[in-house]
Amino acid sequence: MLLVINGLICSFAQSNTGVEMATGLRSSGKIYVVVAVLVVLFLGLAVYLFTIDRKLSRLEKQQKH
Amino acid sequence: MKHAWWKLLGILLLLYSIIMGILGPVPALPIVHETIRNVYFHVPMWFAMFTLYSISVIYSIKYLSTSNPQDDLVAVESVNVGIVFCIFGLLSGMLWANFTWGDPWPNDPKLNGSAIATLMYLAYLVLRNALEEEQKRAKISAVYNVFAFPIMIVLMYILPKTTDSLHPGAGGNSGFGQFDLDGSMKAVLYPASLGWILIGIWLMTLRYRIRRLEYKHYAAVE
Repeated sequence: MLLVINGLICSFAQSNTGVEMATGLRSSGKIYVVVAVLVVLFLGLAVYLFTIDRKLSRLEKQQKH
Repeated sequence: MKHAWWKLLGILLLLYSIIMGILGPVPALPIVHETIRNVYFHVPMWFAMFTLYSISVIYSIKYLSTSNPQDDLVAVESVNVGIVFCIFGLLSGMLWANFTWGDPWPNDPKLNGSAIATLMYLAYLVLRNALEEEQKRAKISAVYNVFAFPIMIVLMYILPKTTDSLHPGAGGNSGFGQFDLDGSMKAVLYPASLGWILIGIWLMTLRYRIRRLEYKHYAAVE
């Protein structure tokens, strides 16, 4: 019984400490490049959305006349 | 552009979620490892879809009481954008499942439920296209929508919780909140969800405004 419990604890301990996370990419600092690229792409899309919105507002104004 | 503050808010929230979602701390868990960050991007798709479907059913009910054709247009465009978010949710989920559950489509009740719900909403769009007369189309599709919405909730949010599911929060699986002791994941997930909801509503209003322009244009021509 004790052995079983001990085994369970060991397997739990292993699964909790032995998880590999992507520390390499982070410690080298290169992950920020990915974040920067994503931010640029997303901001570009956002600006594009705003221009579509503007264009629509203009059309709506035209239609009223 | 006077009422653009919420659009800007949506963009800022998503910017925050992109930066913090990748750089922020996450709990170290077996199997999922860094893919736990997908929670910030996969889950908000479903929040946005749910919000848009809710808007749709509200406007369908509104149409049934007012018979204003513009309410019908809001309802259909909400479903149109909602389906896009649903497809994004399914695709991102399949990609994620392929690497963590070993199969892009495991026989999971939540997946099957959402697939059926998606077909149900696609049927809504097919039904609309099948009806020629404008008032009839608006009325029948509004009634259909009122029935489809609760069935969607049951299929996607209630039934999966009652059986075994690979998704968190069902069948003895714990929700991610249990591992997330300091709430650091919630601090990204909730802003991300609100951001995607706002962007979804924005896309819906854009489509609705185009549709309204078309509608008025044809009304003027006739």
